[in-house]
Amino acid sequence: MATYKTSDFRKGLKVVINNEPWVMVEMNFRKPGKGNALYECRLKNLIRGTTLDRVYKGGDELEAADVEEFETQYLYRQGDTFVFMNNKNYEQYEMPKMAVEECWMYLKEGMPCQMLVFNNRPISVTPPPHVELKVEYCEPGARGDTATNVTKPVKLETGAEIQAPIFINIGNVLKIDTRTGEYIERVSV
Amino acid sequence: MTADFLPSASLAMLETRAVLLRRIRSFFDSRGFLEVETPLLSHDVVVDRHLDPLSVTLFDDPRQPEAGEKLWLQTSPEFGMKRLIAAGMKSIYQITRAFRGGESGDRHNPEFTMVEWYRAGDDYDAGMRLLGDLAGEILDRGAPTRLTYQEAFCRYANIDPFDTPQEGLAEAAANVSGQEPDYDAPKDALLDMLLVKRVEPQLGTVEPVILYDYPASQSALARVRPGDTPVAERFELYVDGIELANGYHELLDADVLRLRSQMINTSRHLAGKPVLPETSRLLAAMDHGLPPCSGAALGFDRLVMVATGAKSLRDVVAFPIDRA
Repeated sequence: MATYKTSDFRKGLKVVINNEPWVMVEMNFRKPGKGNALYECRLKNLIRGTTLDRVYKGGDELEAADVEEFETQYLYRQGDTFVFMNNKNYEQYEMPKMAVEECWMYLKEGMPCQMLVFNNRPISVTPPPHVELKVEYCEPGARGDTATNVTKPVKLETGAEIQAPIFINIGNVLKIDTRTGEYIERVSV
Repeated sequence: MTADFLPSASLAMLETRAVLLRRIRSFFDSRGFLEVETPLLSHDVVVDRHLDPLSVTLFDDPRQPEAGEKLWLQTSPEFGMKRLIAAGMKSIYQITRAFRGGESGDRHNPEFTMVEWYRAGDDYDAGMRLLGDLAGEILDRGAPTRLTYQEAFCRYANIDPFDTPQEGLAEAAANVSGQEPDYDAPKDALLDMLLVKRVEPQLGTVEPVILYDYPASQSALARVRPGDTPVAERFELYVDGIELANGYHELLDADVLRLRSQMINTSRHLAGKPVLPETSRLLAAMDHGLPPCSGAALGFDRLVMVATGAKSLRDVVAFPIDRA
């Protein structure tokens, strides 16, 4: 089991605490001139996104997290399970809906997604920041009304419901920001 | 293309550095101090539990640069300057480079500029007064107030550093470290955790603070004043929560220093660190007779930081270690 010594501590280091993977998002070296070296760390949980402040003293060690990030392709959904494939070795990964709570509604078959695995178990998946999705249903658009500040609910082909301008119609393809769930523009009619 | 040939500090900052250097020289010159120079590279080195000196091989044969005596880059000019005091000099200062391995961060660079001074005849109070005068004159933040280590802990960490049993200190330290209490940790490690997280950030937020009367276990090269609770006659200057200077009412007894060095080497060995040479020409100087004196060392780069409000050493040093 690989470990990191305090002298290895730096931003971006991925470590295991209580069997969960964390990334060091801040690290300050503090040392009284004649005293013990201390390492003030802010850690972010790679599964839950929560943060934790810890202070380690020189000589402490943390277990290195076996965390890998690579590109996958979203294959299909089976009930509440989402299936992805590693583009390099064709290995498949299944993720429960709970683990993709923030992005499942933007996933379209064949879409490239960044996957993070911990001990070879998938822990998070990130779709591209911008995706283009077809409108499956919405109230009819008002012809000629090009105002973008008046919005209505729109249901997309992947199941996502977003707010889009009033002129959008069924069958339009929209560009969506997957990080915020916001409409960006109409790509085609 | 990278632009890392450029200084990390602005040119205006480097000008400010030069101005502050001149003001420090004039502070000491106007008080009759003599500027001295001692070797950066020495056979002797300060034996400290938490200072890890860098070494250099003094080779005889340039074709075998790895073979030769190992010399040390100074962690401070303390030894050389005390030898000059023992030899009869009265008031001396030095502006020099010091080196400490394993120290890098926004307030640390392995190589840094140190201002150090000694004045024969100065007692504890005179040593603190001189440091206070320097801070007052250079920093424009008013005269420092004095606060004992014990008062500071009671006030800001809500704990008595001398009377609290080990379990209490371990639990208080765990509160700041976010980890399980370490009941076996050395007491000074627990105190340092509380000092760094609870006490230091509160020191010198308005006027500078001189923290003094340290635990005897943290005496380094200071004399220990006996009493119900013996304390080290050691003082430190803080401004904006940043440790700027460390001074001692100097230890004169060579045998006490020999004993401390042995104990420090034992704890270094237990921590897996190399032991450091216990013999030195400083001991010879102290055997010969070091007159009563006080001295202090000030981190010049950090002084520039607090004088200018800079947030990192990188902003005040031309070429920090990654650009050196």
